[in-house]
Amino acid sequence: MSEHLTTAWALAWIARAQAALAEHRMELIDLDRAIGDGDHGENMDRGFKAVVAKLDAGSPDVASVLKLVAATLMSTVGGASGPLYGTAFLRASKAASENELDANGVAAIIAGALEGVVARGKATTGEKTMVDAWTPALAAAQDVAAAGGSATEALRAAATAAQAGAEATIPMQATKGRASYLGERSIGHQDPGATSTALLLATAADAAEAL
Amino acid sequence: MTLREPQDGAAAVALVIVSHSEQLAAGVVELAAQMANDVELRAAGGTDDGRIGTSFDKVNDAVNELRAAGHDVAVLTDLGSATMTVESVLDLLDSDEATHIRFADGPLVEGAVAAAVTAQVGGDLDAVVGAARARELFT
Repeated sequence: MSEHLTTAWALAWIARAQAALAEHRMELIDLDRAIGDGDHGENMDRGFKAVVAKLDAGSPDVASVLKLVAATLMSTVGGASGPLYGTAFLRASKAASENELDANGVAAIIAGALEGVVARGKATTGEKTMVDAWTPALAAAQDVAAAGGSATEALRAAATAAQAGAEATIPMQATKGRASYLGERSIGHQDPGATSTALLLATAADAAEAL
Repeated sequence: MTLREPQDGAAAVALVIVSHSEQLAAGVVELAAQMANDVELRAAGGTDDGRIGTSFDKVNDAVNELRAAGHDVAVLTDLGSATMTVESVLDLLDSDEATHIRFADGPLVEGAVAAAVTAQVGGDLDAVVGAARARELFT
């Protein structure tokens, strides 16, 4: 486990994210069928496969990896997750000013991602969206940074908080996006966007721990 | 005016119709064209590979082609995630382009017809975007 996260981490993260999204494709499809249009698993799988095909080990820094992810997701993911994750990765890229991320750097890129999702989707917490995973993830990463923890610890805390946040969407009634058309019938299902956010952050932590 | 004049008597303002469905976007263009012969109307429907969804590249290409031809551009959408795609395109434009390209938030079919007619009679971008929003025209 290294002290600071570099381009090697970012590349390993995205490769793991692609594998995890492929593995969980049907689960995300089923979650999205319950309260949406059913395309989330397919779209994320397609988007990250395209990302991995474009990634090359010559990327000079973390920011350039995240920017490539952003541009590719925007172009290849047809659903709402394209602009949402595209903007999240774009803002995360802008926040990744240091090429060796410590815990504060991890918190900064999560803050950038959250800001991007909020700016694009205009959602807030409690509306059964990916904001309900990114928001506790940021708080957890900031707590680790404030306590002097490592970048890897910040990512693991963020991933754990995002997973809890995703599970906490189950009893929520959706008030944003197409799931909101279902009204009370959206209650009882875990939000697919929050679920994929938790998967992404888990793979980010896995990649850091494996370095 | 920083804008070049559109060629061949075409209206100054052009429309891009963004829908999750390629057929729906094409249908809205067909309908709006009926009352707006001289307005450039572009459909940006479906994903790049023809699935249901929206395409950043289709929207971006349509907007850039119309700008290159000298038009101001109003963009209309069918659902929230199409709007997010359009806003992503607008966010990445140069800031001096932003005054020439606007998202018109309104009901897609009525809004497109109202916007196209407004462009046909020589309305500027503000007027066209305003018409797309003005549902009361048709109710």
